[in-house]
Amino acid sequence: MSLKNIKNLILVVFLGFLLTACATSSRKPGKDYYTGSDTVKFLASGVPDRVFFATNRSSLHSGAKGTLNKQAAYIKSSGISVVVEGHADERGTREYNLALGERRANAVKDYLMSQGVASSKITVISYGKERPVNPESSRLAWSQNRRSVTVKSK
Amino acid sequence: MKKIYFILLIVFLNTNLNAAVKIDITRGNLEPLPAAVSDFYIDNPEKFSEGIKKLNLESNLPKVIKNNLKRSGLFYILDKKSHIQKPKLSHLKPRFEDWSLIKAQIMISGKIKIDEKGRLRVEFRLWDVVSAKEIEGLALFATPKSWRRIGHIISDKIYQRMTGEEGYFDTRIIYVAESGPKDRRIKKLAIMDQDGANNKFLTLGNELVLTPRFNPNSQLVTYMSYFKNLPRVYLLNIETGVQEIVGDFPGMTFAPRFSPNGNKVIMSFAKDGNSDIYTMDLKSRVVEQLTSHPSIDTSPSYSPDGRFVVFNSDRSGFQQLYVMRSDGRKVKRISRGKGLYGTPVWSPRGDLIAFTKIFKGKFYIGVMRTDGSGERLLTENFYQEAPSWSPNGRVLIFYRETAARKKGVGASSKLWSIDITGYNEVKLKTPSDASDPSWSSLLSK
Repeated sequence: MSLKNIKNLILVVFLGFLLTACATSSRKPGKDYYTGSDTVKFLASGVPDRVFFATNRSSLHSGAKGTLNKQAAYIKSSGISVVVEGHADERGTREYNLALGERRANAVKDYLMSQGVASSKITVISYGKERPVNPESSRLAWSQNRRSVTVKSK
Repeated sequence: MKKIYFILLIVFLNTNLNAAVKIDITRGNLEPLPAAVSDFYIDNPEKFSEGIKKLNLESNLPKVIKNNLKRSGLFYILDKKSHIQKPKLSHLKPRFEDWSLIKAQIMISGKIKIDEKGRLRVEFRLWDVVSAKEIEGLALFATPKSWRRIGHIISDKIYQRMTGEEGYFDTRIIYVAESGPKDRRIKKLAIMDQDGANNKFLTLGNELVLTPRFNPNSQLVTYMSYFKNLPRVYLLNIETGVQEIVGDFPGMTFAPRFSPNGNKVIMSFAKDGNSDIYTMDLKSRVVEQLTSHPSIDTSPSYSPDGRFVVFNSDRSGFQQLYVMRSDGRKVKRISRGKGLYGTPVWSPRGDLIAFTKIFKGKFYIGVMRTDGSGERLLTENFYQEAPSWSPNGRVLIFYRETAARKKGVGASSKLWSIDITGYNEVKLKTPSDASDPSWSSLLSK
């Protein structure tokens, strides 16, 4: 094995450490929101129905805003009314989670309104930790459960 | 809680001498007191109807007492098979040497009869075996169908005599009965005696219901319901079944509790992503806003004198405990440790606040003094929360959930109790999964 190869090997190992570090840091407060597409349904073709939140947070990351832009455009063009459901994961106390779900649903409502949706078209409801989409007790499931879901109102 | 059943208490022949045996409940009781509960004897079996005979009160009534004393963790109940003396003589003229031979330090005996009005008359005596004395004696009257309550009242008398503090056995628990898969859980309000008997469902499970709490002075319960998909705080009269919504709020109301005199409901109201604490007077319907802060303020609980309110708020960035005056002024943070703090509940004795703590992915039930000092964590687990106090402030009941595997397999939720000494952790028997327990006041008080 040449010296250069060893150097490369060290680099690979070092990069590996970096990647692990990244995986860990994504669990830090404010960063552990779900970015996958499992559990996601659609409000209309090409319009995802939900966005995900970090632990104890209600702020919208850029991916969430992208989804909500699509929702806002669809709501405006179709004229429908929606209910925004706010949800929390199971790792908090029940009452606090009800408030947290309400805060998340309102963060979504506020953003949709900033994109021109009339407030009369949006109602919010919090389910706290009562309606998980993934019933498993795992970090992945919790990140999928920290969500808001926009549904057509009946 | 009064006048549900017809019960009369008559104290008789109470020699009331100082007992040689006593229990100190301020410390963890590692050596429970050996106690013998004799079967009771039937004085006039000819007066017993077939229905009453079938209840086997001579052994089942002492059994209620035995189970209560045993679950308190303060008593070790000696096996009935070891008893030498027969029930009747044990009650009339116990041979203390027989009882001390089997190492009993106290002995409980009793007599049951049906009186001329058809009532059940139960007489019990508590004997101090060590000093060979009767130390407590009572006769109780009740309708035969409330025989279990007689057992609970006797248990309370024994507890009080041995510890110097009021008991908590003649009480009920209201809780949420859970069934079905975790992502489509069906929840019903349910009520049972403190020992799990007489379980009864109060709602049908058509809508999600959460966090029922007793009024300390009446048959009212306050809870949260998603009736018509509008999450609001409700009142329920558990005798009449009449329900009504609390106030006319344009959004979610939640986390209700009664004031100590039962005249007000204190709760959170969420609006535009912000939750603040409000009260509503049940008579005048006057609504007052106590907190006004852009953070989440919830889980309020009054001090027993009604002068203060403890609640949790994330105004510091994370969920912590705060105390304020009951007019909403002078808010002061009391939790100081690492981690998150929630669900504070003021002890009925006034001296402690119980809470849930979340730290490094674990959930703890703990107590602290009302100024936040002297924090003690009683139990650690994967998930547990929502403590509720026994009326004497010595025991906490809470619920604990297990971790679920894929598709929710292995998920469960059960009620547990623990002494504030940190000892005597006990799982309560419920017909189904259960959560959000609330302990009533003493029914006979």
